[in-house]
Amino acid sequence: MQSHLLSISDLSKEEAIQILDTAEELRKISDGPMKKLPTLRGRTVVNLFYEDSTRTRISFESAAKRLSADVINFSAKGSSVSKGESLKDTAQTLQAIGADAVIIRHGASGAAQRLADSGWISASVINAGDGTHEHPTQALLDAFTIRSHFPDFAADFTGLRVAIVGDILHSRVARSNVLLLAKMGASVTLVAPPTLVPVGAEKWPVKISYDLDSILPDIDVVMMLRVQQERMTNFFFPSAREYSRAFGLTNSRLALLQPKTIVMHPGPMNRGLEISAESADSTKSVVLEQVANGVLVRMAVLYTLLGGLPLNAGTERKS
Amino acid sequence: MSIVLDSGDIARALKRISHEIIERNHGLTGVTLLGIPTRGAYLAQRLAKIMAEIEFAPPVGTLDITLHRDDLRLRPPRPLLTTVLPEGGIEGRDVVLIDDVLFSGRTIRAALDALGEIGRPKSVQLAVLVDRGHRQLPIRADYVGKNIPTSALESVQVSLTEIDKLDQVEILGER
Repeated sequence: MQSHLLSISDLSKEEAIQILDTAEELRKISDGPMKKLPTLRGRTVVNLFYEDSTRTRISFESAAKRLSADVINFSAKGSSVSKGESLKDTAQTLQAIGADAVIIRHGASGAAQRLADSGWISASVINAGDGTHEHPTQALLDAFTIRSHFPDFAADFTGLRVAIVGDILHSRVARSNVLLLAKMGASVTLVAPPTLVPVGAEKWPVKISYDLDSILPDIDVVMMLRVQQERMTNFFFPSAREYSRAFGLTNSRLALLQPKTIVMHPGPMNRGLEISAESADSTKSVVLEQVANGVLVRMAVLYTLLGGLPLNAGTERKS
Repeated sequence: MSIVLDSGDIARALKRISHEIIERNHGLTGVTLLGIPTRGAYLAQRLAKIMAEIEFAPPVGTLDITLHRDDLRLRPPRPLLTTVLPEGGIEGRDVVLIDDVLFSGRTIRAALDALGEIGRPKSVQLAVLVDRGHRQLPIRADYVGKNIPTSALESVQVSLTEIDKLDQVEILGER
């Protein structure tokens, strides 16, 4: 594997499963008395966040700290970015400080790729969400959560039916999830109003449906997406109420699900819009598990990227 | 390439080590076995089985030390192995670490660090199937299956039926 995690397409199926297995072992260790591990002692991890975030930032921070890395949190608000500093200058500042990994969230699609390819920094770059492009660690933690509920599908998701519902157009979570779930063999159905299905989605390895009620009874995992009002520059649906009635996981739709079906949401949730409060708090909802698993999966990613010999060092060594 | 221990030798060595552990600790009441994966974990299971025939089976666990290694950054990332804490934990116990080969001593140093994170055992002892010398740290084994003088360029390959189809220890020549 290379020393960056920019997109799910960087990972082979085997590498993805390796990360999930590592997270599994980390769960066993963290559930026990070993909360803190010395693995990344002396290494510096920078959280470079140009967009607001609660879960992802504290999740990465917690993951890095549990592995004993030093963590620097950077958010665009209150930094020199508001004085007009470019990504390049900020990156070079981080390089000068001696960052070993940079976890970047940025509003522009491709920002993480730019940072990794530019030669501005030698650190490992981890994409924590770039515009409407990708959010690979979210897809990994979702796969991890699915796996823990469907142990029969530990190494392969063939036969597992997943519906991703809602604002596909603006969702980096959906793009990363489609890539990873397809890679692992799951059959994925996107459900959204036609206005929120991206151009070109018909070429993705998915089925597309506009009718949520017909999909729900035959599904193992329902992944609800947040309606990203901050990215909506246009009128995509007539009203919040109409969206909710057609594509929200309402109480009556919750009743359509099979007993084993789980409900996921990457957060933050718009309660009453894409998901009803009752659905969000039901026993089928694994939203908080997703958050807890996020720390384990991000620990696994940090360990995989930073734990060993820097892979771009190019030195071969026999064990 | 030569075979230094066959399955009979390994069985006899483990039987002797079991007796030594029991003797040294005046019984098994305080003893907890902790195997270092992969092969140390199987050896721990075997020792517990032999002890069950002599007195009773002590608690057995496994301890993966990958995240505590000091040479992590010298090699590509390695997959994590399983850690299973023994029943009753290790607090106040006489913990016997079990590994297949004792070489530089770095694995055991990492294991001692990992143990310190889990709790405070009353004592820590070390049992190995093979001691091949070349220590780089002030560490020694309390129970040794066989001392095998080796050249630093050779490698010692322990095979156990649980994963390798047969029981044997062989020395592989210089690589």
